[in-house]
Amino acid sequence: MEYLMLFLTFAKIGAITFGGGLAMLPILKREVVENKGWATEEELVDYYAIGQCTPGIIAVNTATFIGAKQKGVLGGIVATLGVVFPSVIIITTIAAFLQNFLDYQFVQYALNGIRICVCVLIFDAVLTLLKKAVIDIPSGVIFLVALVLSLFTSFPIIGIVVLAGICGISVKAAKKFKSKGGDKE
Amino acid sequence: MILLELFFEFFKVGLFAVGGGMATLPFLYELAEKGWYAPEFVSTMLAISESTPGPIGINMSTYVGFLQWGILGSIAAVIGEITPSIIIILIISKFLQKFKDSAIFKDAFYGLRAASCAMIVAAGVGIVKIAFFGEKLSDFFWQGGILAVILYVFLKKFKLHPVVYIGISAVVGIIFKFSI
Repeated sequence: MEYLMLFLTFAKIGAITFGGGLAMLPILKREVVENKGWATEEELVDYYAIGQCTPGIIAVNTATFIGAKQKGVLGGIVATLGVVFPSVIIITTIAAFLQNFLDYQFVQYALNGIRICVCVLIFDAVLTLLKKAVIDIPSGVIFLVALVLSLFTSFPIIGIVVLAGICGISVKAAKKFKSKGGDKE
Repeated sequence: MILLELFFEFFKVGLFAVGGGMATLPFLYELAEKGWYAPEFVSTMLAISESTPGPIGINMSTYVGFLQWGILGSIAAVIGEITPSIIIILIISKFLQKFKDSAIFKDAFYGLRAASCAMIVAAGVGIVKIAFFGEKLSDFFWQGGILAVILYVFLKKFKLHPVVYIGISAVVGIIFKFSI
């Protein structure tokens, strides 16, 4: 029963996400964090971080993570099959019967509207996640440096992730060291 | 035989494409050299994959699989593409669950979370560019801007499911003939 729930929930997520892995974030937040309580917002951000620097499709990686957290190996597999299931149905239908569906003017109009909506949804989701991730000055600095690196340089993502991890450990170590020193005084 | 080939070709894509759906594009051009489809067709598959629900990388592999061997080809390609992910993530997930309470892990994720948000924002900038600006950055799609503001107000006021806003936006796009 729980496996069926995982499959159906992720199939639903796959069916209503327009625009790839990032656009899935607001939907995941709603379905997985708020409705089902399968993960916290922090965990979602963690999964995205790992999903971006490991091989494979980010949306798939995130689904595997959440499924595995709920129901182990089989849960991971079931959730992943769920998230790709609608794609197989929709794309085979289009490839078989509707190859020219993008030529219809109303489809273009609708997609232009949907793109705007996806931006708003992502903006809103990112704001909530930022509150969980950027909690003090050092994490703010890590955020800004990572943002500049990923916007304006071709610095590899895995490099950003490793550096951020090391920075996190160093900042916390420095803090602990400082507070220890403070106690002695 | 072609089913096995599809599985293995997409297994490779799933194993070596790091960074999501767009990272699979170079591999799709390589597959075109096998004569599976014309290289020009990649941009059509990308356009369709971006315009339909679901992960873009999965949509594209479904398409390629279908061109080769119908629905079974789609399934073979998709299963091939997700298998490496499943294996790798299951291993990492085991590892995470074991060490998630250790101090050093928590500290690393404190930094990682901030960086992850930054990468999400950076990717979001690309999406905003496509949604609000045409060929030139000077052409701001002002009807889209108005819709965005209204959507955001509604989103904050009524916490409806995201798909409701997506549906409304599609209808608004059709009624007002949104074009960039």
